[in-house]
Amino acid sequence: MLTYYLGLSAILFSIGVAGVIVRRNAIIMFMCIELMLNAVNLSFIALSPYAGIEGQVFVFFVIAVAAAEAAVGLAIIIALFRHVESVDVRNFSLLRW
Amino acid sequence: MGDGIVNGAAAGFSPFLLGWIVLLPLIGFLVNGAVAIAARRYKPVPLAAASEEEDVAHRHEEHPATPEPIPATPPAWTKSLPTFVAPGVIALAFAIALVNFFRMLGAGDALPVIERYWSWMPVGDLQVDVAFQLDQLSMLMTLIITGVGALIHVFSVGYMKKDEGYARYFAYLNLFVFFMLILVLGSSFPLMFVGWEGVGLCSYLLIGFWFREKANADAGKKAFIVNRIGDFGFLIAMFLIFAHLGTLNFVEVFAAAPEQLAFGGAVVTAICLFLFLGATGKSAQIPLFVWLPDAMAGPTPVSALIHAATMVTAGVYLIVRSSVLFAMAPSASLVVGLIGALTAIFAATIALKQWDIKKVLAYSTVSQLGFMFAAVGIGAYVAGVFHLMTHAFFKALLFLGAGAVIHAMHSALHATHSPRDAQDMRNMGGMRRWMPWTFGTMGVATLAIAGIPPFSGFFSKDEILGYAWSGARGELPISQGSLFGVGGEVWMLLIGVLLAAAALLTAFYMGRMMLYTFFGPNRTGEAESPHLHEVGASMKWPLVVLGVLSLIGGLFQVEADVPIVNWFAAVAIGGPDALYNFLAPVTAPAAAVMAQNIPAATVATHPAWPVLLAIVIGAGGLLLAWYLLKPAALGVEGEEPDYRRAWERILHDKWYVDEAYDRGVVRPVVALSGFFARVLDRRLIDGTVDWMGRAAQSVGMVGARVQSGHVNTYAFVLVVGAVLALFWFSGGFAWLAAS
Amino acid sequence: MLTDILFFFFAGIAIFCGIMVVTRRNPVASALWLIGTFFALAAIYTLIGAFFIGVIQILVYAGAIMVLFLFVIMLLNLGNDYQPDLRSRAWMITAGGSGLVLLAILGRVFAADTTAPLGRLTGPEAVATQVAEYGAVGAIARPMYTDYMIVLQVTGLLLLVAVVGAVMLAKRRV
Repeated sequence: MLTYYLGLSAILFSIGVAGVIVRRNAIIMFMCIELMLNAVNLSFIALSPYAGIEGQVFVFFVIAVAAAEAAVGLAIIIALFRHVESVDVRNFSLLRW
Repeated sequence: MGDGIVNGAAAGFSPFLLGWIVLLPLIGFLVNGAVAIAARRYKPVPLAAASEEEDVAHRHEEHPATPEPIPATPPAWTKSLPTFVAPGVIALAFAIALVNFFRMLGAGDALPVIERYWSWMPVGDLQVDVAFQLDQLSMLMTLIITGVGALIHVFSVGYMKKDEGYARYFAYLNLFVFFMLILVLGSSFPLMFVGWEGVGLCSYLLIGFWFREKANADAGKKAFIVNRIGDFGFLIAMFLIFAHLGTLNFVEVFAAAPEQLAFGGAVVTAICLFLFLGATGKSAQIPLFVWLPDAMAGPTPVSALIHAATMVTAGVYLIVRSSVLFAMAPSASLVVGLIGALTAIFAATIALKQWDIKKVLAYSTVSQLGFMFAAVGIGAYVAGVFHLMTHAFFKALLFLGAGAVIHAMHSALHATHSPRDAQDMRNMGGMRRWMPWTFGTMGVATLAIAGIPPFSGFFSKDEILGYAWSGARGELPISQGSLFGVGGEVWMLLIGVLLAAAALLTAFYMGRMMLYTFFGPNRTGEAESPHLHEVGASMKWPLVVLGVLSLIGGLFQVEADVPIVNWFAAVAIGGPDALYNFLAPVTAPAAAVMAQNIPAATVATHPAWPVLLAIVIGAGGLLLAWYLLKPAALGVEGEEPDYRRAWERILHDKWYVDEAYDRGVVRPVVALSGFFARVLDRRLIDGTVDWMGRAAQSVGMVGARVQSGHVNTYAFVLVVGAVLALFWFSGGFAWLAAS
Repeated sequence: MLTDILFFFFAGIAIFCGIMVVTRRNPVASALWLIGTFFALAAIYTLIGAFFIGVIQILVYAGAIMVLFLFVIMLLNLGNDYQPDLRSRAWMITAGGSGLVLLAILGRVFAADTTAPLGRLTGPEAVATQVAEYGAVGAIARPMYTDYMIVLQVTGLLLLVAVVGAVMLAKRRV
């Protein structure tokens, strides 16, 4: 049964990755990242009956960090939006030389 | 030494404030340096205005029209503080050294004492400590350095009185004494090298002290660069010693060398020759002597202290310190002796035809250093050190006396604003009328250097010549050595003849110098001569003290078994052979090495004729000068007399050594450097670097395309990396390779 | 058996919703589909026995974080005149390909040896015993407030920093 849990985790993670690569809307990219985080959480949970209750403890921490990340990330998106009136990452090429 | 001064102290010896001997000059340097920096802002003379070599008296009246934004003269304390601090610290160091000396006399064989301060270079097998080694040799050198140094500091107070760089001068001078003491007290080759380089630095700073004159700055650079060649030899020698013996501490090296190195072998010979190369640089021997005459560009007391009495004798000290090594390499020793003798005669011939009073003394110094090297080369280490000591007395005196004369000439020429050269002997003459004290003391020094008994030079120079003749008869251990297949005694005969000739020339040129300076009619000029005057007290008394030392200095080492010389045994200070007995613990290992490896050197005999010959040579040289030279008609400064004989011109032009070096070394090096600069550096190296820069730029331009700035692309690259990493961790590559 | 059926049911929902999240052009739609995924995952968590995490998943993720997302989307007024933001077909193929490769490798890793995935095997009973003894919350709270105390505090600090940071970033004038 564990194999199926982990398989589901892998599938969701891959979907998330594909989304991050293919989408240009910053908010949707963010959501895809959340999806990837959840996929990882599923792995933790699925393994916790075998490896101990710590798996669930870690998921708790991951959720907390994800909340923090979402807050800061969305704040950044708002700040960027004020500059360029868009959330399309094509407009954010500040990482460029 | 003497029985009278040995108090009933315990046999053990503990050094008294040894570190302070070295520390005091450093404190002096710091204080004077601080004063010099503080005094700088008061300097009213703009850069172009100051000129005139040796212009001691000129400075401040000569430029009355100079705009003076800051108070023209520095406050009085910038002069009064160095006046007391600089000679004070050296005198204090001398006092401490004296205390140590008297303690040492009662100490017996508890030497050398190593006083360790901290670990300096603990690198693997190499353990170098900052530690001072106090034994008889370093004690003697310390006494000479601080004693003569203190006198010269006192003299400088008067000499440099009106110089605007007063504090700076004393800072350098103190720093020099500090490094010189490290040189002689250091307990290992590296520490000695620190002092070695440090005195080189101070020498450079003081030669170029009046650096606004380009010639002076050039002279400083020349000294520095020529010394580098010697330092190269010193370094190579150190590397060889460490490579073969695994240590650089004197005590350990000299204990290990006789056991681990083959007697007369290639290694020890190479070490000695490289050490000697170092010594030729510092001590101005052939082929590296050319810097010393130019070093006279510095203030005259500097010439006395650094370029006559102390620093230039460092090479002799080095060889005596390493006497165990040199005793193991007879052929290297013969090279040392031969080079020394050649230098002695070579420099003496040049001194015959110089007009500049300081140049005469400079070549005389080179020549006398040649005597010392000849002595240590033939294994007469004590004789070398003895001559070093007496030479420190009388040559310092000669330079200070010359300084006094120049000082007087300067004031006289300045009084009438005459542009003539204060150092040219053609402008002097008859000075004894105005400067009786200077004349008297310099007369003593001249008799000493000429080797007239009972002056100090007689004893030391006669001892060296005596050893040379002795060696020529095959009575010295090194006589058994050979060089280029020729036996040691033949070389020693050559050395003896060269030294005897050099001694004759020494007496002659010193007589010439005295004659032209102090006798005959005065040539300074009608208007100027009334302004000639005797120097002040601070300059006079050092002359007198040094005069006394030049007179009696020889009595520290009166050979008991040499006829005629031993007439003075009754008045010998500390008894006959005092210096020999004092230094015996230092030279004993070398003697033991020679005794062990050289079969039965015959006992030295001491006939009377060498002593008589030495006296005849000394007196004859002086008399020859007196009767041959006519001080009345000397021609005009700057214009050379029409030399009728070719050798006169050659001697006056110093055998064209500088020109030869210029053609043979300097210009090829410059040409080669030009080639390297133009072709190798600019084309090859710069070209390569430029090309690499452009290549990196091109690659960067390509790589920059990847940097789209789009987060998706970055995420994709990240995923590719993650996939590869996962593939790797899951053993996918191994699986691919297997299938 | 019922558990297995329920798992496959919710797994299907999760995958479907996930695909919808990635493919919807309207961000609001994406966000709603994502909430669906979260609910499906929460159900799977409870199936495994992690009741507390399942609840938290709904409360924090579906409740708080997704509300925040929606709030931002609304605030920026992105729901109506969204532009097509999918990248070109080549990129879609690349993305799909890389997703598949990742999936293949993850599958390979997970399928390799699942009997003792971390080298130790406490067995489902241990967790079940703990849950039975301390309750669903207590079983997690005990290690969290004992062994992972410092981590917990640091997480709290992180949240504080995030709050301050978010305020600083989003304010018009600081």
